[in-house]
Amino acid sequence: MSKLNLEFDPDHPNIEDYLHTDSIQEPLGKLRLHDLLDISPTLTEAVGAIVDDSFTRCFKSNPPEPWNWNVYLFPLWCLGVVVRYGILFPVRVLILTIGWIIFLSCYIPVHVLLKGHDKIRKKLERALVELICSFFVASWTGVVKYHGPRPCARPKQVFVANHTSMIDFIILEQMTAFAVIMQKHPGWVGLLQSTILESVGCIWFNRSEAKDREIVARKLREHVEGADNNPLLIFPEGTCVNNHYSVMFKKGAFELGSTVCPIAIKYNKIFVDAFWNSRKQSFTTHLLQLMTSWAVVCDVWYLEPQNMRPGETAIEFAERVRGIISVRAGIKKVPWDGYLKYSRPSPKHRERKQQSFADSVLRRLEDK
Amino acid sequence: MGSASSTLTQYDIEDVQEHCNNLFSQQEIVSLYQRFCQLDRTAKGFISADEFLSVPEFAMNPLSQRLLRMVDGLNFKDFVIFLSAFNPKASMPQKIELIFKVYDSDYNGKVTFNDIMEVLRDLSGSFMSDKQREEVLIKVMQEAGYSKDSSLLVDDFVKILDHPGLKMEVEVPVD
Repeated sequence: MSKLNLEFDPDHPNIEDYLHTDSIQEPLGKLRLHDLLDISPTLTEAVGAIVDDSFTRCFKSNPPEPWNWNVYLFPLWCLGVVVRYGILFPVRVLILTIGWIIFLSCYIPVHVLLKGHDKIRKKLERALVELICSFFVASWTGVVKYHGPRPCARPKQVFVANHTSMIDFIILEQMTAFAVIMQKHPGWVGLLQSTILESVGCIWFNRSEAKDREIVARKLREHVEGADNNPLLIFPEGTCVNNHYSVMFKKGAFELGSTVCPIAIKYNKIFVDAFWNSRKQSFTTHLLQLMTSWAVVCDVWYLEPQNMRPGETAIEFAERVRGIISVRAGIKKVPWDGYLKYSRPSPKHRERKQQSFADSVLRRLEDK
Repeated sequence: MGSASSTLTQYDIEDVQEHCNNLFSQQEIVSLYQRFCQLDRTAKGFISADEFLSVPEFAMNPLSQRLLRMVDGLNFKDFVIFLSAFNPKASMPQKIELIFKVYDSDYNGKVTFNDIMEVLRDLSGSFMSDKQREEVLIKVMQEAGYSKDSSLLVDDFVKILDHPGLKMEVEVPVD
């Protein structure tokens, strides 16, 4: 039910800016009946997409390879299940509960009592949010390796990362209290969003509301300008991808005129698939799955800050940063808009193919 | 992964292979079955039009609606038979017959001037006028020795299309 996605999209860029589709190419020359009837290139393309397409691959869960397949391993695996569900899981629930108790018993007094002292209140709240995130990471025995310099709050900079699951945010938040742009969620996550995360400066919006986009774009600008604000984190893919591919980056984060600091996150799928397939499971189920696995292993790289080059458009800049992240995380780039998960492609793409076909026919007709 | 392939026994695979004249290897059939199950999201045993259209690369193809009429609701066996025309090992007549079927929307074994016009309309959309399309088609048909009133049979298609430049091959990814 609850569709949770950290995401961002002040404007709605078009895929055609990224795609180069000149699929219908023919040798030029006099037009014959044969050329007109031969629809094999278009058919091949359509059937190729039915057999395999890069878009569906982006959102395919890849469950860990089962290893309980023989007589020797099976008892071991069973023992593992008992340990994971019977021992690890209760311990982790306990850890998380303690975390929440500590967090709430500090957060509420700080929030209420230090009303006048904004600076110190902000600092404490920041630390507390980092703390509860550490408890979350501990509850899945998160083995996270951070590479590169730790980010700090500075004006005119934006952090962008590839997005696999809501837990990306928790893993990054444990180190630095980022302010993040997120989809507004229902349920318990929505409650957290509007109360606690609001205090670190997170910005909410609704994917479907066009009006929200403008408001978010304005808030973004204001946030980036402020010197005392928490560093801003954006997941420009706008949706969770399975950590094998990266889909198109929304350009909004790249036209703020600030330095963009890429963060690459790569999960090791040895114990559990960290991809949150929001179509198939709720976030709660996803968390339970993580909490009953042996561990969540991942690498986080804080990469070289990038600036827009002279003459570069926001889209080119976004693509360049996506390239940097994809190379570091070892994931493949595909030219798709992640929002196609929720909507059909616009007729523009088809029109483009039709135009190139029509042009070619008309040109060749005149050729003779 | 394990669950999807385990539901196909060797018999099932051989059965499907026979139906498509052994054009696909066993591994390819398994791979296609996994894909079939992936697209058939609600496990009904066939892929609905809407599920086909959820593949953006397919949805934006100019001929997608026309193809949907052919593939909508196919069970796995028929799905594989449909795909077998795109196998690199498939014969030229088999490929051309499939192209013919795309044109022959009323399945009467004949392709008329209007049938071809329809496909041209799909392919060129609003970028050519009906008049332009008609003009082009009449011209090339006359040059090839047909008139506006002649209807084309499969054999005509083979005669017109059978030449080495026709390439209609889709590899099944096997991992």
